[in-house]
Amino acid sequence: MAAVEQSEGLSPQGEGVRRRDFINIAAVSAAGVGGAALLIPLVNQMNPSADVLALAQIDVNLSAIEEGQAIKTIWRKQPIFIRHLTAAEIQAANAVSLSALRDPQTLAERTKEGHENWLITLGVCTHLGCVPLGAAEGENRGEYGGYFCPCHGSHYDTAARIRKGPAPTNLVVPDYEFTSDTAVRIG
Amino acid sequence: MSFPWAEQYTPKHPFMRWMDERLPLPRLVYNSVGKGYPVPRNLNYAWNFGVLAGLALVIQIVTGIVLAMHYNANADTAFASTEHIMRNVNSGWFLRYLHANGASFFFIVTYLHIFRGLYYGSYKAPREMVWMLGLVIFLLMMATAFMGYVLPWGQMSFWGAQVITGLFGAIPLVGEPIQTWLVGGFAPDQATLTRFFSLHYLLPFVIAGVIILHIWALHIPGSNNPTGVDVKSPQDTVPFHPYYTAKDGFGAGVALIGLALLTFFAPNLLGHADNYIPANPLSTPAHIVPEWYFWPFYAILRAFTVDFILPAKLWGVIAMFGSILILFLLPWLDKSPVRSGSYRPTFRIFFIVWLVALALLFVAGGKPAEEPWVMISQVATIYYFAFFLIILPILSMVEKTLPLPNSISESVLGNKANDGTAAAAPAAAE
Repeated sequence: MAAVEQSEGLSPQGEGVRRRDFINIAAVSAAGVGGAALLIPLVNQMNPSADVLALAQIDVNLSAIEEGQAIKTIWRKQPIFIRHLTAAEIQAANAVSLSALRDPQTLAERTKEGHENWLITLGVCTHLGCVPLGAAEGENRGEYGGYFCPCHGSHYDTAARIRKGPAPTNLVVPDYEFTSDTAVRIG
Repeated sequence: MSFPWAEQYTPKHPFMRWMDERLPLPRLVYNSVGKGYPVPRNLNYAWNFGVLAGLALVIQIVTGIVLAMHYNANADTAFASTEHIMRNVNSGWFLRYLHANGASFFFIVTYLHIFRGLYYGSYKAPREMVWMLGLVIFLLMMATAFMGYVLPWGQMSFWGAQVITGLFGAIPLVGEPIQTWLVGGFAPDQATLTRFFSLHYLLPFVIAGVIILHIWALHIPGSNNPTGVDVKSPQDTVPFHPYYTAKDGFGAGVALIGLALLTFFAPNLLGHADNYIPANPLSTPAHIVPEWYFWPFYAILRAFTVDFILPAKLWGVIAMFGSILILFLLPWLDKSPVRSGSYRPTFRIFFIVWLVALALLFVAGGKPAEEPWVMISQVATIYYFAFFLIILPILSMVEKTLPLPNSISESVLGNKANDGTAAAAPAAAE
């Protein structure tokens, strides 16, 4: 630290900010800013890499899914539930008053117009990220006939809305569009 | 850094004198854990657990380094490489079981170490820094243990990672970006596994560094003792070596027998069968539980089921982290001038109830989120926090404590200490 050395000769007047002080502060500040800037790549390297982000879009054929059935597929390494709702399930979802919901949304808001019988959601419980049961045959669908998360007991209804348990919000509806009557593109 | 009557280091051999003038490492050892470190003469076996925790860290580092020679931090092969260690690597089963059960051993002795500090008031002045550095070690241990449990990439590994990183997702606004940043994707995957391996290898050495600070801070006032009374004279102390090296050595022998029984006869007792199933992102195990040492905190997390201003999930996360962070404030919440619980009859009752509440949280944390466990967790969580925030501050004002002995030697020897006869002064006689 040669900069620490204090030379009286450089400040004959001995008052105010000396030239040497300014140089010291400027030099240490420049090094400090440079050091801090190094944190950006060190922190940013932990964000999702390009290959992870590249798996962001999938196409799914719906033609084989019977009414009342559901399938699981994978999008961005996360499970997606695609459920072909029955008329009774649609009716049950529409019969609930919005004020009774923790995260008020109608079934119509959670599906695409003209395709209200297709409920497409992430299969990730909004509590702590477990995969809820109910998409496969014979699994526990909870008290409201939709999905049931076994980890901490969240119950979702036939529109995958949270009805009971610790989860704060409904199962997430990802961005998707119908490319034909029997095919969707998620992402 | 010690009492004035501490034995002085005087190297006799010319080489040791030469060394002492250049690198006084033997002097440091002599003054830290040798004859040159006077320690209260009345320490009971509750004072063994600090040394045992250090021993546990050494076991974990040694077994961990050799396991890393065979383990493969790749999402496709991590599970297989763990099985490879168990089946093909020479003595691999032993090293892995010792590492897995060594983690439990580490937590058992650390919890007992913390309980000892709580009961005997070791967190009080002038040992606040010792206490807080210990809590930092505890937090680092939990992070290390959690990441280590992810490495075999079994079902519990994967879903544990999902749930624990999901805790950060509960933070408003920035939660989801933080969670994505932590796991390096939208769900735990290759990026998560490699970074956890890297940090799991790093953190034990950080722990070792903080332990050095912990011991450094401890050696300034010296150890607390079962009476909580300060050391006043040479009669109150004995040199660390040979008195406590022998006592700790005996304790280590007993504790290692326990670890050996666990490792050789019930190596999977504290594990979960689900972790012998390879990780499957599409299927959650019916009952996700963390390792046993996290159960009390997991129960606190799940105790919040109703939204109140903030979402229930966020309350759970706040309370879980708060349950440990509150311990940092303990030296200022409990202002009672009497350290040891042995002289605080009312404190003792509330402390025992607190241990019961912690035991209930422990049991509830390992059970499914169903009644009656949710209710039990809620009641126990209330008591857990009330003990620190309400009971201790009030107790320190109103409690009638028992009379303290005048000195450590008086409590040990009765009246004999007063006449200062030979029986009382092995330290002074050295």
